[in-house]
Amino acid sequence: MNLNYLFSFTVVVALAMIAWAGIDVWGLNGLFCIAVPYVAAILFIIGFAKKVLGWADSYVPFRIPTTCGQEKSLPWIKQNKIDNPSTTTGVVMRMFFEIVLFRSLFRNTKAKFKDNYRLSYRWEIFLWVAALAFHYAFAVVVLRHLRFFFEPVPQFVQLLEKADSFFRFEFFAPFFKIGLPGVYLSGFVLLGALLFLLGRRIFLGQVRYVSLASDYFPLFLIIGIAASGILMRYFAKVDVIAIKEFAMGLASLHPKVPEGVGAIFYVHLFLVSVLVAYFPYSKLMHAGGIFLSPTRNLANNNREKRHINPWNYSVKTHTYEEYEEEFREKMIEAGIPVEKEQ
Amino acid sequence: MKNKRLILTGLIIFFAIVTVPLWYNLFSGKKPAAPELEYTAKAKAAKVCVEPTAFMKVNHMELLYMWRESVVRKGERTYVNSNGKKFNMSLTNTCLDCHSNKDKFCDRCHEYSSVRPYCWDCHNVKEKE
Repeated sequence: MNLNYLFSFTVVVALAMIAWAGIDVWGLNGLFCIAVPYVAAILFIIGFAKKVLGWADSYVPFRIPTTCGQEKSLPWIKQNKIDNPSTTTGVVMRMFFEIVLFRSLFRNTKAKFKDNYRLSYRWEIFLWVAALAFHYAFAVVVLRHLRFFFEPVPQFVQLLEKADSFFRFEFFAPFFKIGLPGVYLSGFVLLGALLFLLGRRIFLGQVRYVSLASDYFPLFLIIGIAASGILMRYFAKVDVIAIKEFAMGLASLHPKVPEGVGAIFYVHLFLVSVLVAYFPYSKLMHAGGIFLSPTRNLANNNREKRHINPWNYSVKTHTYEEYEEEFREKMIEAGIPVEKEQ
Repeated sequence: MKNKRLILTGLIIFFAIVTVPLWYNLFSGKKPAAPELEYTAKAKAAKVCVEPTAFMKVNHMELLYMWRESVVRKGERTYVNSNGKKFNMSLTNTCLDCHSNKDKFCDRCHEYSSVRPYCWDCHNVKEKE
């Protein structure tokens, strides 16, 4: 057992219980359905703007890209234009592949002692696979939720839903029924990838050693969100029409507390609100940070162009010509060679 | 960083995208109200469906699936509900007998919540007499 993940797990369970108690015991529907989501949204926007503007304000006096290939050099040496870009186009390519395909994570290795304590590094692809699966599944899930905010539902959301429910799973036993409404693959991919990422942190010694409560908390939180969503869609069903009415009310600034919706919905909503509010103040802010990483978004042209430190003050200089002018006679007397005799 | 203007533009674009549902709902002038369902005279007279309304609202798809299983696989056509009342398991002859206005009953909610049931891939909707 480890205090870090135990703590995060307990916090997420406590949050879920607070949401449930807030609605079912204390009857604070207005607080949990209207105030909490709006406050979360405001905290998200303020926090996000503050973080990004803070980064924008910090100086990057020198180019510090972390390069992973041959630098631009002599004409017959082939440059790696994506991994060691020297132009803006190269940087754009590099950033695109980094953001869309997690290119740097693809190079992930793991260190292990082989026979005779020989340290060996192996290419380890599963972190990349799970991270990619998680991010894309989450993106699809978020986009699918747009059906609750638009009337009529946009065409691309319907298309996404069709693609997502392409494989039809239907299993109906007296005690376990799944399949109606249609199973969306993305939800299960999301949950599976999250469980893998969590298992990695818990079971791999080296990763556990560097994991903090703030690494486990978002994992447990999103697991809670995905699990409550799946539970709500397939098992403990809720009145979707009432929920859409509520969501549209929130989006049009005429919020109305939904009636007759199961407690699981309030848990889901509260956990999502917590995630949204927590986002800009945590490691999740890498979503914005990736765009502003000086080790990624700068071209490696340190030797090609002169980069002047923005806070340089004007230095008083005394060039050699001026020096010789001042001391010429003394230099000639002392027998020191000078450039100009006169 | 010297690209401050670029960063600010990106930030504004991001916020604009994130808040699209707000702008759309504020300026399209649409009411968030759920669609109104129309009940036929027969449905109004019956007052209650085969199971209570709250159950039907969230579980009608599973009920229909169980009916299909029962009829197609087992040849069993009688459904006994929670009150002990018997019904003929049939989408066309039982459900659509009362709710003969599919476009004003089934479709309204399904369209509102972007659900595409595959019932109508096989089942015909009776012509109105």
